[in-house]
Amino acid sequence: MTESTVTVPPTAPERLRATRPRVRTRLGSSVVSLAVAVAVVALTWWSLLAFRASFADGAPWPVTVVVAVLAAAGLAVPASGVLAVQAALRARSLDRAGQHATARVAAARARDMQWYVLGFGLTALVVAFLTFLIGTNDGSVREVFFRWDITKKSFRGLAEAFWLNIKIFMATEVLVLVWALLVAVVRRIPGRAGAPIRFLAVAYVDVFRGLPAILVLTLVVFGFQLAKLPGLSLLAPEQQLFWLVVLALTLVYGAYVAEVYRAGMDSIHWSQSAAARSLGLSQGQTLRYVIIPQGVRRMVPPLLNDFIGLQKDTALASVVGTVEVFNKANLYKSQFFNLTAVAVAGLLFLIMTIPLARFTDWLIRRDQQRMQVG
Amino acid sequence: MTVTDPIDPIDPIDPIDPTDQPGQLAPYVEFAGVHKHYGPNHVLRGIDLDIGHHEVVCFIGASGCGKSTLLRCVNALEEIQQGQIRVAGEAASGPGVDVDFLRRVVGIVFQGYNLFPHMTVLRNITLAPTKVLKLPEAEARGRAMTLLERIGLADKANEYPDRLSGGQQQRVAIARALAMEPEVMLLDEITSALDPALVGEVLAMVRELVEEGMTILMATHEMGFARDVANRICFMSEGNLAEVGTPDEIFHDPRDERLRTFLRRVTEARRM
Repeated sequence: MTESTVTVPPTAPERLRATRPRVRTRLGSSVVSLAVAVAVVALTWWSLLAFRASFADGAPWPVTVVVAVLAAAGLAVPASGVLAVQAALRARSLDRAGQHATARVAAARARDMQWYVLGFGLTALVVAFLTFLIGTNDGSVREVFFRWDITKKSFRGLAEAFWLNIKIFMATEVLVLVWALLVAVVRRIPGRAGAPIRFLAVAYVDVFRGLPAILVLTLVVFGFQLAKLPGLSLLAPEQQLFWLVVLALTLVYGAYVAEVYRAGMDSIHWSQSAAARSLGLSQGQTLRYVIIPQGVRRMVPPLLNDFIGLQKDTALASVVGTVEVFNKANLYKSQFFNLTAVAVAGLLFLIMTIPLARFTDWLIRRDQQRMQVG
Repeated sequence: MTVTDPIDPIDPIDPIDPTDQPGQLAPYVEFAGVHKHYGPNHVLRGIDLDIGHHEVVCFIGASGCGKSTLLRCVNALEEIQQGQIRVAGEAASGPGVDVDFLRRVVGIVFQGYNLFPHMTVLRNITLAPTKVLKLPEAEARGRAMTLLERIGLADKANEYPDRLSGGQQQRVAIARALAMEPEVMLLDEITSALDPALVGEVLAMVRELVEEGMTILMATHEMGFARDVANRICFMSEGNLAEVGTPDEIFHDPRDERLRTFLRRVTEARRM
């Protein structure tokens, strides 16, 4: 027997290198994604052009600008596809040159670019679909919702009517904040003596959260006017309507906001209350100085949610004959047989609600920074 | 050259003279047959104990033995179902308890600091003096700043608690309790939530209180500290006062079997 050669079993990395496929260059999938990207951009451009062509007497220049910008942005899709193919080709040549590690880096970039094709491409398809929809039927969809001449004619009237929505909202908001706090505090009254009043608060919240707002408005506004509620006659008829609407919305939103307050106060750990009580603060002082100020910070986001809801629901005042923005928009709708005024009313609501949401986010962020990082 | 050194909180202070036993004084905090239930849990099972004015009593025992509950009963944060607690001769339990009196006489510091996170350090301290004692704002501020200077945290007066270390927060919590000028302090495992490196500064502050003659009831796991500062140590087990004695008796001549097991475990844990 010759000197036996000891066969060393291969180590794990060696085994892996032997069995693993070579670098996946992703050339094939990159070419496919480039083809898809070209198709997508072609579709997008086609629907953008169709949209522009849908203007009978030539598109106004802002439309042309927007279409041009969107069309240019659409180029990002095939551009990503080209970059993907480029990276895949580089990966292949590097792999052939034996530089496997660098080849993998290039292949990874190719895959990234394919994801870009997918993300940008889907966005482009959505835009293409929307422009197609708006421009379809020779622009009749667009004509129904966005007619510039009607916008100009109705804007002033709508803005004036919207001022009433703002007034309803402002008055209701203030009342809701106070009224709901009262309800929430009443729900926390301890002991058996407080049971009946606690029950009332719970019943109120259950009832008014359970009733449709439109129904409450009808009952309160028409009902109280029909019943000639004492004291109501002290107000002018216009004022009566306004304050009854505010009352109805306060009752509805008070129930929601009371729950927000309650959740906020319950979320403050009992140890805070223990600390305050042990320092000699009374139950009421503990609520006022310790529980509520901390709870309010946590209440801001859900409170804002409810207030956005309230802003929108001021439009419900139209059912009782208030000439607020939705009612006014409906008048224009009948007058022009066109929904542009309603769309503009919607825009007015958005102008009010979106900044409120941003403002609240900013408030929350500032508060967190002050309490934690300084 | 004027150097206003804040008191170094880690400055070691001599333990009080062990021969100075205030046992002869009239009891200041009295427990008589105290029982406490949390639903089906019998948490305190007949506590009888008299604590003298200026006495320092430490409560030791495993977690869940009832020492924290016992402390919280003293300022009526917890109700008891049977027995009587008295502080400075006044009832501290039962329906006739004068909570206002009780909470001015008794201060408490918690394991979790429980500072008010939405208030500055200064406001944390001045809140109760202005709202409960009705001190003018300026006087309350003065009182708070004196306390903060004493604990070396005057520069943190306008910070929010979250920006302070655990040890600093706990010292502020002690200062907040002291601002009400209590006669009795309840210290409920005040170092248990702290980083070991921060325990010293808090205990140093407690030593100062001991030196000043504050009546202190302290639930603690710091055996060494308890041995140094306590006049008496109460070992609690399953809601009972299993053994009460001087630190010497408790640590060098433990009679109760459960106490021996407890001390053996504590010693073993230290060795690991």
